[in-house]
Amino acid sequence: MRISVQEAPFKLGAESDAFAAGVENAGAVVTFTGVVRDADQGGLQAMEIEHYPGMTEKALTAIAEEAMSRWSLADALVIHRHGRLAPGERIMMVATAARHRKDAFEAAEYLMDYLKSRAPFWKKEILAGGRADWVAAKDVDEDALKRW
Amino acid sequence: MDILYFAWVRERIGLPRERVETTAATVADLVEELRGREDRYAAAFADLSALRVALDQELSEFDAPLDGVREVAFFPPMTGG
Repeated sequence: MRISVQEAPFKLGAESDAFAAGVENAGAVVTFTGVVRDADQGGLQAMEIEHYPGMTEKALTAIAEEAMSRWSLADALVIHRHGRLAPGERIMMVATAARHRKDAFEAAEYLMDYLKSRAPFWKKEILAGGRADWVAAKDVDEDALKRW
Repeated sequence: MDILYFAWVRERIGLPRERVETTAATVADLVEELRGREDRYAAAFADLSALRVALDQELSEFDAPLDGVREVAFFPPMTGG
């Protein structure tokens, strides 16, 4: 299991290869990547991601440990960036490996659902003309936790 | 204890962290104390349903006791991923 909270970009291919190569006897590897997008087509200039150093790592570790215990996983990876990101840049990725795909898919969804609402990250959209808006948490994201 | 603020709470109050001497028994008591300080605190803590609190880096509740707590953090609901 590896958790990385970092400002630097990550290489999706290299991370996925290394993750898949590091697990034995896993018939399924699932990866998910989150990318900065212009949600309202409103001229997004950048996304600033703030986090709570210390708590972020603890929260992500706890979430990943819970996933490892709920599903039969060979390994799990979470990478999440912070700082200023341009549209199109990758924000984060999760990867899970398991004997069978159901465990890998479900655990990846669980990681994403919890990471969105329980890991201390906050996004701010920097728009054209100097406007800046904090992204509001969505009820649908909070509701997503109930299915687990 | 150390009090940390994140995202718009930090912006509204105008600082990321501060050291506070308090005898507040619970988080809610501490919030009441902070609200009474200045308008910017009253504005930041106007609606507690829009806020979350962490005690020593664990998510907690506003009625939680502050006994032995060293670090309190206030922030809006999280938006990771």
